[in-house]
Amino acid sequence: MGAIKAGCRFYAGYPITPSSEIMEQMARELPKVNGVFVQMEDEIGSMGAIIGAAWAGAKAMTATSGPGLTLMLENIGYAIMTETPCVIVDVQRAGPSTGQATKPASGDVMQVRWGASGDYEIIALSPWSVAEMYEMTVQAFNFAETYRIPVFLLADEAVGHIRESAILADNISVVERAAKTNLPPFGNLKDNSVTPMPMFGQGQKLSVTGSTHDHWGYRKTQSPEFQAKSVSRFCNKVRQDADKITSYEQHYTDDAETLVVAYGFTARSSLRAIQIARADNRKVGLLRLKTLWPFPESVFQGLSPTVKKILVPEMNQGQVIREVQRFSKCDVLSYSKTNGTIITASEIITKLNEIR
Amino acid sequence: MKLDKYIRPEAFPTPFCQGCGHGILMQAVLRAIDELSLDIDKMVFVSGIGCAAWIPSPHFAADTLHTLHGRPIAYATGVKLFNPALKVVVISGDGDLSAIGGNHLIHAARRNIELSVICANNSIYGMTGGQVAPTTPCGSKTATTPEGASEPPFDLCKLAWGAGATYIARSTVFHVRELVKYIKKALMHKGFSFMDVISPCYTQYGRRNQKTCGETPAGMVLNLKNQAVRAKLPEELFTFGDKKKILIGEFTK
Repeated sequence: MGAIKAGCRFYAGYPITPSSEIMEQMARELPKVNGVFVQMEDEIGSMGAIIGAAWAGAKAMTATSGPGLTLMLENIGYAIMTETPCVIVDVQRAGPSTGQATKPASGDVMQVRWGASGDYEIIALSPWSVAEMYEMTVQAFNFAETYRIPVFLLADEAVGHIRESAILADNISVVERAAKTNLPPFGNLKDNSVTPMPMFGQGQKLSVTGSTHDHWGYRKTQSPEFQAKSVSRFCNKVRQDADKITSYEQHYTDDAETLVVAYGFTARSSLRAIQIARADNRKVGLLRLKTLWPFPESVFQGLSPTVKKILVPEMNQGQVIREVQRFSKCDVLSYSKTNGTIITASEIITKLNEIR
Repeated sequence: MKLDKYIRPEAFPTPFCQGCGHGILMQAVLRAIDELSLDIDKMVFVSGIGCAAWIPSPHFAADTLHTLHGRPIAYATGVKLFNPALKVVVISGDGDLSAIGGNHLIHAARRNIELSVICANNSIYGMTGGQVAPTTPCGSKTATTPEGASEPPFDLCKLAWGAGATYIARSTVFHVRELVKYIKKALMHKGFSFMDVISPCYTQYGRRNQKTCGETPAGMVLNLKNQAVRAKLPEELFTFGDKKKILIGEFTK
């Protein structure tokens, strides 16, 4: 629903638990808005098709889970290199490999960040509720259009399958694709600004390539200058706007001595744990990361001086914690769980008691 | 020189080696477009990775999508489905389309989606240094089969037939008139069309296999004339048994 609100009119996918419901819904809904749905032969083909559709003028998306994402990564690298807007929903499940298809995990945080070859930045959003799945899908399309990059909606099986009532925001603004311009299709040589996404069939004789290219799309496979400029463009167009892109929520943090940093479903358990601990007069707070990439590093510089310890509960062996450690001055402790079950509030309370 | 308008001046000098057949195929494609008076601004040329992928990108003054190794048909599927008014043509090599991209090829054929796939078949991985391909004839010397290729090759037309393509043809860069005629038919076909175009690679294949395919680049092209046998009926695709010859013609169901 969020995707259709955002203007998504093309979906290509391949079945994989626990994300297939998204594909099934798109198969039903897209024809109603004159959109196109196709089930491809694999995830590689799905990602290729949405990139092709994006160049034909579509706002396009796919959804998958960890093993499917692994197959998509080569084409995701192509989308980065060709500055193609697209949205990928990753409903994470327990891995590695086939793992436990129906069980939740947060094991792909680093896969989305570093999975394709080379250097680049991407955007990854981490929803914790049904309402946020909706809002962040729209936001993901907006970021994809604004920065012309793949944007990930990094859900987990628990958020993906949760049933709850939700109030959907109806006032979310949607970034539309610009009309035809005469600007170069791939930025300019002066700064890291993003030029509007062009489309095929308008007589622009576009040259789109996954090889290193100049701002008109001509291959520059021997030029150190263009290689350096391209990589710094792909990184800096996101980095320079990191504070605009990143968002987070703070709960009970003003006087917190122990701060829980959490994201996705784990943030729900964390909030519950903190509410219980607060009733017990513990000075604990929650920093919920809504954006995982680019990492919201500036929030750690502005933390309340009362914070002495940080606890990072994660459904992986510690992927976000290292980022937290890089930007925090106090002790950062991990609570890691990788048995295919969610982290509960009582486990977080136990851990908070241990580090008291 | 009337085809010059279809070529980006920046693309020259051409990257193709002396004796490469891809230049002839490039001209045949442009000639077909010209003879059909197609609006090239309403066409999209999608290619993968390899020498053949460079036929449209960067040569063609049109929208070109130079994708990843093996993936052009998947990208082309997205372009065509979202904007069916565009004429979408895939030009890529035999390794790209039938090895790493084989899955996309058979499924696009099965869907019978309106794409024209032109396979520039030089039976070798040219750009990467002459390694064996799924199309390399048995016994051929390549960089990875120093004692001769031992695996049987694909007949790409049979593969396309089996997968459901509805226009199938094979020609060579020696048989240019038929090549242009077949490409025109492929471009106008309402459904999935597949062209297997035999295009010699002297640099990587010919110099290692001079006894069977000619001692010079020109000899290799002339050899196509001697090797080619015209099919009178599509069914000959399945009865033709001479592994030293190349069956050319249309194999439309």
